[in-house]
Amino acid sequence: MKAAVIVFPGSNCDRDCKVAIERSTGASVDMVWHGDTALPAGVDLIVLPGGFSYGDYLRCGAMAALSPIMAEVKAAAERGVATVGICNGFQVLCEAGMLPGALLRNERLKYVCKPVELEVTNAQTRFTAGDKGRREVAMTVGNGEGNFFADEATLDRLEGEGQVVFRYLENPNGSARAIAGIVNGAGNVLGLMPHPDRAFEAELGSADGADLFRSALASA
Amino acid sequence: MSAQPSKTLAESAAEFGLNPEEYAVILKRLNREPNMVELGVFSVMWSEHCSYKSSKKHLSKFPTKGPRVICGPGENAGVVDIGDGQACIFKMESHNHPSYIEPYQGAATGVGGIMRDVFTMGARPIALLNALRFGDPSHPKTRRLVAGVVSGIGGYGNCVGVPTVAGETNFHSGYDGNILVNAMCVGLADADKIFYSAAPSAGLPVVYFGSKTGRDGIHGATMASQEFDDASDEKRPTVQVGDPFAEKLLIEATLELMASGAVAAIQDMGAAGLTSSSVEMAGKGEVGIELDLYAVPQREDGMSAYEMMLSESQERMLAILKPGREADGQRIFQKWGLDAATIGFTTDTGRLVLKHKGQTVCDVPLAPLFDDAPLYDRPWTVTPARPALEAIPDPADWRGAVLKLVACPDLASKRWLWEQYDRHVMADTLADSATAADAGIVRVHGTKKALAVTSDCTPRYVQADPYEGGKQAVAEAWRNLTAVGADPIAITDNLNFGNPERPEIMGQIVRAIDGMAEACRALDFPVVSGNVSLYNETNGAAIPPTPTVGAVGLLPDSTKRAGYGKLLAGDVVILVGETRGHLGQSLYLREILGREDGPPPPVDLTAERRNGDLVRGLIQDGIVTTVHDLSDGGLLVAAVEMALASKVGIALSGQHADLAMLLGEDQGRYLIALPAHQADEVYDRAEKAGVAAEPIGTAGGCEIAVADAKGTLLFAIDLDDLRAANEGWMPAFMGV
Repeated sequence: MKAAVIVFPGSNCDRDCKVAIERSTGASVDMVWHGDTALPAGVDLIVLPGGFSYGDYLRCGAMAALSPIMAEVKAAAERGVATVGICNGFQVLCEAGMLPGALLRNERLKYVCKPVELEVTNAQTRFTAGDKGRREVAMTVGNGEGNFFADEATLDRLEGEGQVVFRYLENPNGSARAIAGIVNGAGNVLGLMPHPDRAFEAELGSADGADLFRSALASA
Repeated sequence: MSAQPSKTLAESAAEFGLNPEEYAVILKRLNREPNMVELGVFSVMWSEHCSYKSSKKHLSKFPTKGPRVICGPGENAGVVDIGDGQACIFKMESHNHPSYIEPYQGAATGVGGIMRDVFTMGARPIALLNALRFGDPSHPKTRRLVAGVVSGIGGYGNCVGVPTVAGETNFHSGYDGNILVNAMCVGLADADKIFYSAAPSAGLPVVYFGSKTGRDGIHGATMASQEFDDASDEKRPTVQVGDPFAEKLLIEATLELMASGAVAAIQDMGAAGLTSSSVEMAGKGEVGIELDLYAVPQREDGMSAYEMMLSESQERMLAILKPGREADGQRIFQKWGLDAATIGFTTDTGRLVLKHKGQTVCDVPLAPLFDDAPLYDRPWTVTPARPALEAIPDPADWRGAVLKLVACPDLASKRWLWEQYDRHVMADTLADSATAADAGIVRVHGTKKALAVTSDCTPRYVQADPYEGGKQAVAEAWRNLTAVGADPIAITDNLNFGNPERPEIMGQIVRAIDGMAEACRALDFPVVSGNVSLYNETNGAAIPPTPTVGAVGLLPDSTKRAGYGKLLAGDVVILVGETRGHLGQSLYLREILGREDGPPPPVDLTAERRNGDLVRGLIQDGIVTTVHDLSDGGLLVAAVEMALASKVGIALSGQHADLAMLLGEDQGRYLIALPAHQADEVYDRAEKAGVAAEPIGTAGGCEIAVADAKGTLLFAIDLDDLRAANEGWMPAFMGV
């Protein structure tokens, strides 16, 4: 099993993702520089980590979405490789057009760092199938622009197609329909604002994030 | 001697904060008049901020050595050994004046500056703390300052990706015109890969990298060494602007450059920017340095030599590379997209020589800048002792008093602010501000060890008795580390005071340092780094003396740690340490009776150590996991905090059912709790150690109930009411 974590200038959860994947799954993890033009051969999971790529000085994720490596990430995702964007990584996936919607400033205009309980809205995706049918998981959020937005038609479609994967039990940031994470139509690209990479062992408050990485790689 | 200083230069010297005697020394050392660049260089190097001219004599009283100390004060940060070939590097520094003038940028650049002090020495920053003191909540500026400072701290630390795990926030009218923003950074390095600032020899390239130099922050160090008045807002242009994205790139590039083996010496450009970094590197190495300022990457057109030397633009580093290694630097700087240039070389002249566009604009000997900075033994007077308090009657309305106390600004939950800080990035946080624990805890990545970190000071104690208050600040930091199960290692101090030229203020400084030094010695708790911030006055009114103590401890096994959020119904609650009922300077007195009277509680350092060693042993041996130290608000407040965090009530009973016993602030005490059938081990150990340990209550129910020795109920308050009071104040105050 092999995973790749993309490192943008300003990524700050890249190491966290590597450690979380290694400890949860035993997979080997390559760090891939944003300026590279190839992914490691035979990669089974691609992770776009959290952070403040390019300082988030334009729109969050907008600059990173144009990085040279993103063409390869898109191509791999189209081939069906499991791809996860966490926090800033979710923003990058939206900016890159790989997921619908956008992430706006939080409702109260402040950065929010807190534990969140999530409803597993769709336990049949390749990222949640390993949750053994669990309906609720715990993680933490840490973001200033995690307020998921899409037009009503898109939201209806996401819900109708089972693309809403995680929903907040208590909405921390004003996200539309309390959506915390979604998958693309093909079901292999996941974006979520909560951090599975900060919830991979009980000592950190929750080990529920480990299940996500395990599921993603088990399905590869 | 060539004599009379020309009027303009002498006037400029005064404007730059140099007094006539200091200016006369410059004339003597140079044997001529300085030009404006040279005068600027002297004035910042001799500012209070850079030279410690008022405090140095007294700072030498601190114990700075110990078996774990690798590097004490004098470098960018202190370095201690944490075993297994690893070192912890840490320091706390103030950014008070800039934060008052421009709270967002002032606080943000304070965080950035302290991180640079730590990674400059080769450490990856792994934790941030901050100690904040604001004015009275009713002061018209307070709310705006809180909002700005908090978002500045979060905006910078969150982006760089270092967790902000602990801190303290107080409010008092004494800070109305001069808030305090003290930021601390803790980093981790290999003990054999520490980097220092002294240039090792002549003939080596001096490389500048990081952000470009602009006109921001010119004379910031001088501003930080002056009092404020009503026109202080006009100093806004001297506040620097931070770029945390640049800082993140700078951290990665610096650590990569160090790992490449190219670095001979390195120094960040902090206060006094290029001046201080070049002078310190050459001066400490006893070499000379020559810079071509034209080569400095510049953000604006037409910058003069003077502006470049005094700019405090952020996110800049100066490195002296080993011979032939400039290509390594270029490769790394290019990867991280940083500006970089070789701007000079070290020499054997012992002089600072600056060239700009072919002209020599500064040529002065380094020794006087570095070594011969003025030193003052300023006159001081002893703070008059506060008379003892008369007997204070119990409140007629216990319930009202307790609810008011837990909602007072100093005790109220600060959730509103710490939820704006990323406390979890790096995925090693075991305890943060949201955790019911007396210190923040972060794992030493990839090991079973963890570091405990805390920041402490009780300014009202220091104000009433600087010596006892100084002792208390150190003892409380030691106690907080102990209460989570850590072995206390060392401290960094951030001494915030008023104008040292006033003998009563100098008296506070001298005696607080005496008290701190005494506690450091008694607790084997050396000072390894620090910062002095003086002239914290506005219109002649000084802040309460605030010697903030930042401390680091080591948990040898992070699974053996304690907090106070896991009390279980049925647990026996045990009070460790002696209670005499000291109400002088207590929070109860101030918040409920509106009096700041009496002497502060004395600190018996022998008992402090004995009690703490007992508690720490109980934690490290796995006997107790529920521990809370007693501080503001004494026994009752500690019990309330433990009950709220654990969501289970506590019934207190016995001889502690009166005001002095419940809310007195005697030092050296802890509340611990464990299942009743395991308590004998605690009593046995306490008896052997000669420590008072008595059961004072039982966990259960959903209220805090207090009964006297006869069993008569004094009061009972539902936890939901206490929680609403404790959590409600800050959101209501901030209007969100």
